Amino acid sequence: MRLAFSALVGLAALTDAAIAQDLQSFDAIERGRYLAVLADCAPCHTAPGGQPFAGGLVLQTPFGNLATPNITPDRETGIGNWTDDEFVAALHDGRGRAGTRLYPAMPYPAYTKMTRDDVLDLRAYLATVTPVRNQVIANQLPFPLNIRLAMLFWNWLNFAPGGYEPNPQKSAEWNRGAYIVEGAAHCGTCHTPKTVLGGDKNDAPFSGATLQGWFAPSITANPRSGIGNWSKDDLVQYLKTGANDWTLAFGPMAEAVSHSTSKMIDGDIAAIAAYLKDSGAALATAEPAALAPDDKAMRAGAAIYKDSCAACHRDSGDGEANLFPRLSGSALVQSGDPTTLLRVVLQGSRAVSTSSRPTAPAMPAFDWRLDDAQVAAVLTYIRNNWGNAAPPISVGPVASERASLAMSP
Amino acid sequence: MPRKLPPKDVVIIGLGWTGSILGYELAKAGLDVVAIERGPWRDTATDFPPAYIQDELRYAVRLDLFLRPDQETLTFRNNVGEPALPIRSFVSFLPGNGVGGAGVHWNGQTWRFLPTDFRVRSQLEERYGKDALPADMTIQDWPVSYDELEPYYDRFEKLCGTSGKAGNIRGKKHAGGNPFEGWRSAEYPTPPLKQAYGPALFAEAARKTGHSPFPQPASNLSEAYVNPLGLKLGQCTYCGFCERFGCGNYSKASPQTCVLPALLRFPNFTAQTESEVTRINLDSTGKRATGVSYVDVSGEEWEQPASIVLVCAYALFNVRMLLLSGIGMPYDAQTGQGVVGRNYAYQTTSSVGVILKDKVLNPFIATGAHGMIIDDYNGDNFDHHGLGFVGGGYMGMGQPNSRPIQTRPVPAGTPKWGAQWKKATAETFNRAMSLSTHGSCYSYRDCFLDLDPTYKDRLGRPLMRMTFDFHDNELKMSAYLTDRLADIARALDPVEIATSPRKGPYTLNAYQTTHNTGGTVMGADPATSVLNRYCQSWDVHNVFVPGGASVFPQNHGYNPTDTVGALAYWTADAIKDRYLKNPGPLA
Repeated sequence: MRLAFSALVGLAALTDAAIAQDLQSFDAIERGRYLAVLADCAPCHTAPGGQPFAGGLVLQTPFGNLATPNITPDRETGIGNWTDDEFVAALHDGRGRAGTRLYPAMPYPAYTKMTRDDVLDLRAYLATVTPVRNQVIANQLPFPLNIRLAMLFWNWLNFAPGGYEPNPQKSAEWNRGAYIVEGAAHCGTCHTPKTVLGGDKNDAPFSGATLQGWFAPSITANPRSGIGNWSKDDLVQYLKTGANDWTLAFGPMAEAVSHSTSKMIDGDIAAIAAYLKDSGAALATAEPAALAPDDKAMRAGAAIYKDSCAACHRDSGDGEANLFPRLSGSALVQSGDPTTLLRVVLQGSRAVSTSSRPTAPAMPAFDWRLDDAQVAAVLTYIRNNWGNAAPPISVGPVASERASLAMSP
Repeated sequence: MPRKLPPKDVVIIGLGWTGSILGYELAKAGLDVVAIERGPWRDTATDFPPAYIQDELRYAVRLDLFLRPDQETLTFRNNVGEPALPIRSFVSFLPGNGVGGAGVHWNGQTWRFLPTDFRVRSQLEERYGKDALPADMTIQDWPVSYDELEPYYDRFEKLCGTSGKAGNIRGKKHAGGNPFEGWRSAEYPTPPLKQAYGPALFAEAARKTGHSPFPQPASNLSEAYVNPLGLKLGQCTYCGFCERFGCGNYSKASPQTCVLPALLRFPNFTAQTESEVTRINLDSTGKRATGVSYVDVSGEEWEQPASIVLVCAYALFNVRMLLLSGIGMPYDAQTGQGVVGRNYAYQTTSSVGVILKDKVLNPFIATGAHGMIIDDYNGDNFDHHGLGFVGGGYMGMGQPNSRPIQTRPVPAGTPKWGAQWKKATAETFNRAMSLSTHGSCYSYRDCFLDLDPTYKDRLGRPLMRMTFDFHDNELKMSAYLTDRLADIARALDPVEIATSPRKGPYTLNAYQTTHNTGGTVMGADPATSVLNRYCQSWDVHNVFVPGGASVFPQNHGYNPTDTVGALAYWTADAIKDRYLKNPGPLA
């Protein structure tokens, strides 16, 4: 995942691979600015408190840390000296300058679906942002992963280069949605489960994955595990405002809404919703049975819920639209991987603030008040009440989530 | 030497209700705004989570959210003949501290003053003659009318989502609301709260005795609500932990729930917390403020230059800020000359304790401002001929809380501790009601605020000195109101009734209200006011005190917050629409 070749100062090889487009064209720059929103470039390529696009944010991957490179047009530490072809190669093929390999924390497996014209428009925009001198040591991985050539092997296993192929059976809106979701917006980078090597499990796209201490839930049309119960408008509201009648965006999705989806044009949000509502539904899973209400954990959980949760989420589990997420019927509440549930109960979480929904309500932390067994009981209860049904939570995962949160403040 | 910061368009002293409203309005107008707040940042989920905010010992007894006297206090005396001594523990009134200010710890009572309150001296002199008012009573007409302020009351109530029932919409009376209130342009934003059994019983008794009960206007919300800033509030859960607490359910109106999340989205707004403004700086002419100086949490001194200075601290500390900065002539009680510190007033409260025979009231089902009230004896709603006093107040059965440490009603004669006390507590708790009156407190020549000649704060600045006592007019009024309330209480057929009218002298050792008013009074005449009708300093035109209760010329028979909020919007409009176009005196 490395766009800039910060070490190669001085190799200012303006190899003049024919500037295909006019980088000064206002239309191209404006399209590129919007593509940077769709592709959500700024959040990763901006360090906390740093200059936009100047890189330096440290991404924690299962394999080690990577710092995001500087993609401002600074000629020495940014990408000011890159040719268009080099830029296209980075996004389409995961190749840096001089042929080195990027790490797939840079979502080139998704960006490869973008058209060359879109990539060049993005390039035109990035050429206009303020150049910032900021040397970033991107590769902080342990041996042998720090050998970039290893990515050749990874790519052979996990990477299928090639642009988006429209599906003629579907509408133009659906295809636009698919192009954004699978390409620029790189939704699968978080929402598609990963292989042991960190590649996408392509047989289960968008069915939910755990990364950076959060479970990114399924965004398939499956009614129990995914967003099948959301109307198209629910989905549009969520992406546009960060909140809908079901839930509010928090955690990493809060950033995605804040920087990207809330700034998309309405047509593109509708297209994304159309595509997601009409994909991935085939992965029907067996309907689990809810735990009996007289189960010991259920009874303890009910008491804890009444005491600690019901004031906001209500006895009915319905919450309050745009304020307190609904727990009844929530896919996240019933998800197979409880990482996010555990994290939110233990640590609390703040919802996104957008111009149309500025409230940004927050869930308080309960780690000081509920012990592991109590957290397990209350989560077991909310996963198996009001028509919800999901496997109970045992004490072990609560303890390990607590330990892991303590390690990463 | 203080370090000088880059200049701002606006510096706000204190980030409570008025500071956040002005901050929002002026940041939205494009001005570069910084708010400097003495206390800490406070946020619902991290500072008032429902999992521990209902800690009566921490918040109601040990006063966790309030100002500590070692941060800032004042000295007190009943009259100029006594030595003034520092308040070492706040009891009678509890100044707030931190972001949200008193808007965090209030109960949510959201009252408008009566139309006649705004022309109180004219009204009383016209009706009862010039001689009816005591010679030393210094009440004066407000420089704004109810009609002028009505749209701004409406704006503040819509900001809060206030729950209630209108009694007068554009002159048309509506059954179930307050028949005495001034006209409203619209119904309340949300319907009234549900009434618990105690208030319902009081309403029945009030009706039976010929009165007109109505639900108290409450900014603890009866249902979820989105305010005009796009902020969503939740439905009140009637937990009964409002006053002295922050609300963990996003259901009590406060700067946190109603303004700050929207305000913080403006890149041209900054909040500087844990920083205490030490003075407003003036240029060499003394006619223009150049900004403020403040001390941060590490003791560093900073100078923040600004084109406009907004004094948005708690009422008492607005007065002290002007005194310390030399803005306006300090009031001299001997001569009656000067204005800053003049017309300090308070609130005259009283109660009637009632124990019923066999009711189960479940008084813990409570919320700060719910309850049934009558307004028959407020302001000039009733004929004062022959009563020997002017003024009045609302009264009724609120049920703001019934918390286990501080709510222990027992019959008269019960021992103060031990087995009998425990037994009496258990037998009485569910049958006891506390009715109360909430009366006006008019201003007097000998009730005022000035700088103490002896005592200083931690930064070496003189403390403020309060000189105050209740006058006969207020004590007679309290006796009369308390009797009327007891009459209604008797209709409840109680087994015991205990009346506690307000008695003098004023003492600091029991909680009354945190409704300290006056000292930077707004008025039409610079000889009797600090601020003109736009809450702008007569002397230094770029200093405003936008609506804190220090601008009240006297205090009326209602809680101050609705009027404070309305005046904040009134001042914000004056600054945006008039002052920015032509900076200078607006009146």
